[in-house]
Amino acid sequence: MITTGPLGTLTQEASISTETTVSEVAVQLEGITKRFPGVVANRDISLTVQKGHIHAIVGENGAGKSTLMKILYGMQRPDEGEIRVNGSPVTFHTPGDAISAGIGMVHQHFMLADNLTVLENVILGSEPRKGGLALDFAAARKKIKDLSEAYGLGIDPDVLVEDIGVGTRQRVEILKVLYRGARILILDEPTAVLVPHEVDELFENLHGLVREGITIIFISHHLDEVLKVADAITVIRRGTTVAEVSPEGVTARQLAELMVGSELPSPETRESTVTDVVALQVTGLTIGGEGERKVLDDVTLTIHKGEVLGIAGVEGNGQAELVEAVMGIRPSTGTITLAGEEITSWTTLRRREAGIGYIPEDRHRHGLLLEAPLWENRILGHMKEKVNVRGWWINRKGARADTERIVRDYDVRTPGIDVDAAALSGGNQQKLIVGREMSGEPKLLIAAHPTRGVDVGAQAAIWDHLRTARAAGLAVLLISADLDELIGLSDWLKVIHRGAIVAEFDPATVTPEQLGSAMTGAGEEA
Amino acid sequence: MTSSFTDRLLGRVKLSGWVSLAAPVLAIVFAGVVTSIVLALTGNPVFDTLTTMVDYGSQPRSLVLILNNATTYYLSALAVALGFRMNLFNIGVDGQYRLAALVAAAVGGAVTLPAPFHPILIILVSMLVGAAWAGIAGVLKATRGVSEVISTIMLNTIATGLGAYLLAQWAVPVAGSNNIGTPPIAESARIDGFAFVPGSSLKVFGLIFLAVAVGIGFHLLLNKTRFGFDLRATGRSEQAAVASGVNVKRMVVYAMLISGGMAGLIGMPQLLGASYSYSLDFQPGLGFTGIAIALLGRNNPVGIAFGALLWAFLDVSANILGLHKISPEIVTIMQGVIVLSVVIAYELAHRYRGVAEQKRVSRELAGAASTPQKEGASA
Repeated sequence: MITTGPLGTLTQEASISTETTVSEVAVQLEGITKRFPGVVANRDISLTVQKGHIHAIVGENGAGKSTLMKILYGMQRPDEGEIRVNGSPVTFHTPGDAISAGIGMVHQHFMLADNLTVLENVILGSEPRKGGLALDFAAARKKIKDLSEAYGLGIDPDVLVEDIGVGTRQRVEILKVLYRGARILILDEPTAVLVPHEVDELFENLHGLVREGITIIFISHHLDEVLKVADAITVIRRGTTVAEVSPEGVTARQLAELMVGSELPSPETRESTVTDVVALQVTGLTIGGEGERKVLDDVTLTIHKGEVLGIAGVEGNGQAELVEAVMGIRPSTGTITLAGEEITSWTTLRRREAGIGYIPEDRHRHGLLLEAPLWENRILGHMKEKVNVRGWWINRKGARADTERIVRDYDVRTPGIDVDAAALSGGNQQKLIVGREMSGEPKLLIAAHPTRGVDVGAQAAIWDHLRTARAAGLAVLLISADLDELIGLSDWLKVIHRGAIVAEFDPATVTPEQLGSAMTGAGEEA
Repeated sequence: MTSSFTDRLLGRVKLSGWVSLAAPVLAIVFAGVVTSIVLALTGNPVFDTLTTMVDYGSQPRSLVLILNNATTYYLSALAVALGFRMNLFNIGVDGQYRLAALVAAAVGGAVTLPAPFHPILIILVSMLVGAAWAGIAGVLKATRGVSEVISTIMLNTIATGLGAYLLAQWAVPVAGSNNIGTPPIAESARIDGFAFVPGSSLKVFGLIFLAVAVGIGFHLLLNKTRFGFDLRATGRSEQAAVASGVNVKRMVVYAMLISGGMAGLIGMPQLLGASYSYSLDFQPGLGFTGIAIALLGRNNPVGIAFGALLWAFLDVSANILGLHKISPEIVTIMQGVIVLSVVIAYELAHRYRGVAEQKRVSRELAGAASTPQKEGASA
């Protein structure tokens, strides 16, 4: 159904231009097409990765990055096209084939056993033998130490994985792949789980790897990181490669525009809509008793109608606990007042009924029933709203009609409201949640990382909805790790560090640098 | 990332369309093949044995027995399924129904009331006792975090001991045997069966209608009420349920109470329709049969009905095998293989369906994206 006519010639031109340097090419994909019944996931992909380069692949969620990587890693076979590794054509049937061709993959979610040592994790599945049966730990330890030294990974093979940090775990994953002889590494969203300084460490490691002749294919949608680390960038949109750019000649904004194929909207809110009516008053909120470490330490904050209060902080400094305490999910001491009414002792459901909308940080675990249809997900958390229930009974008709409204107004891309939430892409799942939580005229919206892991298009739509609701008088407690989002959307910023509010800023005048140093606890009070 | 294997095993994930039918049918065919191999290996005639079972199982008398057995199996499986839908493993249905039937029989034998009230009292007592016994496990889980698997298994054992003690206290000798049982229940509480199958004088339990009503009630409760929504939401994702304001601890207690109350009904068709007394030979083990049938029927009231009928058919038709010098345990093998292969078949069907659904969504979206109006309509 897709003809390779005009695009095919383009590919040929591309391959001719790289032919002169063919000895330097580590991976070359030509005309890769992968169809699933009725849909083309990859269409005529062409990609040339130079040996010893960090080659970034960027694209929106659902653009076809993961299918492409699955093809390259032997998890799926292309319907058309050719893969060449180091100049010779290859066909992969399993990831095992890819590994023997020297291609290794580091997944976004770590696949390590916590209760084993680094050494045991690395050799798991390809254990060196000694005399038939016994494991040759000594040889493995030596090999791991050599690799760690050669590539500057700084890994001690004998510590337990549960005792090491996220950044080190990632290096263990990389080491695992190198141990199996990979010379070409695929890193799938490697920075998603890292804090800023760990990202910098990772990038240093990556540079160390390429210096030793390793080739890295780096998948990400953090454009700034891509620009910082990549030697070449390929942009994928709607299943096909649309541009190959060099990081020197392009800005993050231009890259984002290539990804979405349109102008990138800005997160900045224009005039202030803050009123002097208090919507949420939190006083002395504390989690953790005497003698324990306080996860939340005497947090006091006020949000007015029409105000967005942003909470900045390195993840794990009490943001999640603050949200859960305000939602009544986690027990805490202190007082919480919503629109003048004290709700401290209320249950979560009563708080929601009183007008608190909640966009949870982890939509899969807290925000959705993945295996339930969209209209049932509309009811989740709103089990007392008129559209959803009639007394004891579920109002199926009402809930379905209102789900249709959300799908329409919030542009949730779905063939219908009877599909399971799991079948939707992340951005569309999030738009459904945003639409649901904005329903029933909430007084306060708690938005934890509202645009995390969603594509640029959905991000812009969600920002628009937040701004519109704010103008209509909604108070928003915004938690985000995206400083641009925080600065752009918030009317006022507070910085949380080790459970306590340590600084506040006016987003109009703050710089990302100021914010960043306050977040690490080093910054002086503003 | 999406659903765990237990979710699919326990039917909290729905299977739609023809796969939900094809999976169990294929599993049963497969179980038939395995049974045939076992028959052949043990030197029995395969075809003859199976036709003998079908012949015997389809006689009028057998049909009545099948319906009666299936009635109790159905109630038992529904009691188990209610817990399963919320991720609660009520392994204690067995102890709950035995204790409930004993106390209900004793109360029923001790009092005499006008006709409609007498059986209603007995049924209510039975449900209350079952609910209370299951409620112990529910409260332990909600307040102390005790796994309901452990506590219900232990409560089964305690129920056996307590039941033996209570029976010894209350029992009278059963006339003409060395058996002992509770005093017989008066006529006013007896629920007559009815001749349903022509050609057999044996009567179908009157309480088969109760089982049907419980099945319908189960469906309504789970799918049409807020309580059912909360229960299913908790089963699908406890964390999401907590975040949306479901009081999970309270739900645990309620679900155990309801499951136990339904377990209390299991002994009623037998007690009020045939034996009129709880004696030493009151049928044990129905709670465990219920677990197998709940798995077979994927915790769906219609699926469970088919599962219960199939199970009862196998049980009844096994009776003929002894006459042909074939070990009736061949049927136990068959039942075991059916449960195993149904579980595997559902797993395969789920994988197929998951992939099919994602393809369908991306296909329909790809179709929609090619119409320009749809794209322009976005915010």
